[in-house]
Amino acid sequence: MNLEFSQDEIAFRKEVRAFIEENYPKELIGMGSREDLTREQFLAWHKILGEKGWSAPAWPEKYGGTGWTSTQRYIWSEENARLDTIMPLPFGVSMVGPVIYTFANEEIKERHLPGILSGDVWWCQGYSEPGAGSDLASLKTTAVRDGDHYVINGQKTWTTLAQFADWIFVLCRTDPDAEKPQEGISFILVDMKTPGIEVRPIRTIDGGHEVNETWFTDVRVPVENLVGEENKGWTYAKFLLAHERSGIAGVARSKRGVERLREIASTELIDGEPLLGDRDFSRKISQLEIDLTALEFTELRTLARESEGKGPGPESSILKVKGTEIQQRLTELTMEAVGNYAQPYLRGAADDGSNEYPVGPDYAHVASPNYFNMRKTSIYGGSNEIQRNIITKMILGL
Amino acid sequence: MDFNFTEEQTMIRDSLARLIREQYDFDTRRGVVESDSGWRPEMWAQFAELGLLMAPFSEDDGGLGGDAVDAMVVMEEFGKGLVVEPYIPTVVCAGGFLKHAGTAGQKEEHMAALMGGERVFAFAYAEPRGRYNLADLETTAKKDGSGYVINGQKAVVIGAPWASHLIVTARTGGDRRDENGVSVFIVAKDAEGVTTRDYPTIDGRRASEVYFENVSVGADALIGDEGAGLPLVERVVDEATAAACAEAVGAMGVAHQMTVEYSRQRKQFGTPIGKFQVLQHRMVDMFMEHEQSISMTYMATLKLGESDVERKKAVSAAKVRIGQGGRFVGQEAIQIHGGMGMTDELAVGHYFKRLTMIDSEFGNVDHHMKRYTALSAADMPVAAE
Repeated sequence: MNLEFSQDEIAFRKEVRAFIEENYPKELIGMGSREDLTREQFLAWHKILGEKGWSAPAWPEKYGGTGWTSTQRYIWSEENARLDTIMPLPFGVSMVGPVIYTFANEEIKERHLPGILSGDVWWCQGYSEPGAGSDLASLKTTAVRDGDHYVINGQKTWTTLAQFADWIFVLCRTDPDAEKPQEGISFILVDMKTPGIEVRPIRTIDGGHEVNETWFTDVRVPVENLVGEENKGWTYAKFLLAHERSGIAGVARSKRGVERLREIASTELIDGEPLLGDRDFSRKISQLEIDLTALEFTELRTLARESEGKGPGPESSILKVKGTEIQQRLTELTMEAVGNYAQPYLRGAADDGSNEYPVGPDYAHVASPNYFNMRKTSIYGGSNEIQRNIITKMILGL
Repeated sequence: MDFNFTEEQTMIRDSLARLIREQYDFDTRRGVVESDSGWRPEMWAQFAELGLLMAPFSEDDGGLGGDAVDAMVVMEEFGKGLVVEPYIPTVVCAGGFLKHAGTAGQKEEHMAALMGGERVFAFAYAEPRGRYNLADLETTAKKDGSGYVINGQKAVVIGAPWASHLIVTARTGGDRRDENGVSVFIVAKDAEGVTTRDYPTIDGRRASEVYFENVSVGADALIGDEGAGLPLVERVVDEATAAACAEAVGAMGVAHQMTVEYSRQRKQFGTPIGKFQVLQHRMVDMFMEHEQSISMTYMATLKLGESDVERKKAVSAAKVRIGQGGRFVGQEAIQIHGGMGMTDELAVGHYFKRLTMIDSEFGNVDHHMKRYTALSAADMPVAAE
């Protein structure tokens, strides 16, 4: 056991830091946690990394991965968090990509992996439905075989950033008579331009438009868009969810968030002194950092196991639960730090021409929206209740 | 001991509840919140007609002879309906200053207009760098002849876009954060040198940054004694805090109710999610938080008339519990609603936002925990030598 970085790893850190500093668009520094970005902003860094060959470090090299060790990947995410970069979105690189190279045929791999790597194709996730959230297997969207096509009907929801997406991966019921709900589900890739798809925005409590309803009405999809075998989609879906979970901890981002919180707390005053020097508040930051350290080393252990080929198992649920709790706590403390200025709601205020006086410090504007937005994290990706059920069943054996 | 409401209070509660049910449903509120003005003056007029605006004032002052319990009753109903109209700034704050320290002339000038609903006030006390310390003032009022000249900036003045008059705290002497040297003024918002930057708040109300640039006011603008205003400000803010606790109690109750109802309707794994024990126990915890918040709000409201120390401890204790309870109830309400709780479309998220913001008004959990601790320490019996 050894916590020190090797000479090679130190050299690697220098290399990637230099690359990020030279190539990351200056105007996008510090925007990685923002939810209100344009399509171009979301994709800018992804495209640069695509050209460099660094957009999907975790993929096997033969499909376009970097061949980095888990420690190198950890360094990579730390270095990106330093500038709070806008990282490639997970839907292509972390979700559908691994499903495709693991389960799909050569034709699909050749057709879709390059676009995911380069950032030219934006993917979104067609999993949840109004009646199928935590109980995903109860999904009702159907795909009925008609000649060379599947005809898809149904409604997906919480489709993140579908308004920008080119393709969607959809879980559909292909065998309504299967004995168990998990059987009879297929994993199908659908071009968002196909007639019959309608995306409707869902406004969330933070005022943003991040998620959507996606409706399918007689959407005809070529059968060659089926991934793997028909009715075996649940296996792929679960594989994807485990992958989704391991990235969900967000340790490097949260570390950067804690630094940012310290900066804010050193600017904010309490009785004329920096809030950071306030015993009550600084203890809360310390508690958060301690919890984050526990999460960090738990993730490192998981990564180490993964690099030995013991790829993400039910223990990735720990990362999801603890990672999201920390993200929520972080935004909560940031909101507390800004005091009275948690209240103004200024989204879009800069556009309406009425911005003659600034309202409070700049960092305050997003504090409450971020707090409200982050409540989603304990709900999505399998709610934290579901994660605890997974641990109960798979690890405790109860 | 008596925790019953008077007949008048029960009547106020019932008629207000009916009015909110009939004219303040969630969709109507949404329309109002998103409209240009962000409130309904005609609703304010109806509140005046019901007597809500005169309820907590003595008959001598032209009121109905009620007290802080009446304001508590009103604010709990406001909390249930997420009412945005400025009852706390106008009735509890401005009304509080006038009734405790207003001169006969000031009462005559303002009380009837306030109670009749014709005049709306905002309370400009917080400052950009003052956080929750009521004495941490950079705004100054310098003696000028018989009057004063006010300069400074006030932060997040709730209801200011709707107000015609402002109650303003300013320093007439002493150093920043000194106990002495704080004075309270009543200033017309259209006075020369007053400018505002208006904006919505995240929980659907309106507020302003208010700037004072060489604003001249007469001697009759001063409420209470020059330089000795801090105890008065603390008293009024404590009354406002108790009223905000009542509002939180109303909002908490609805958020809890909605969550229980949702857990009955929402089915996953072939069964209503309300059947899952892990969720049941959390909804029980929400219930207990709500009940204890009611208790603390009654306690604090009933102790508003006690000695300064007793009053402050009671209010801080209540605000701590309400801050913590509101956070728990709000967060769990969203979590148990799942993705639906995150949507702007459902009312529950709006209750969550209001509960969250109540914690940041009039001092948050940390602020009141500190104040309570300091007061308790000062209260400690000296150990025998």
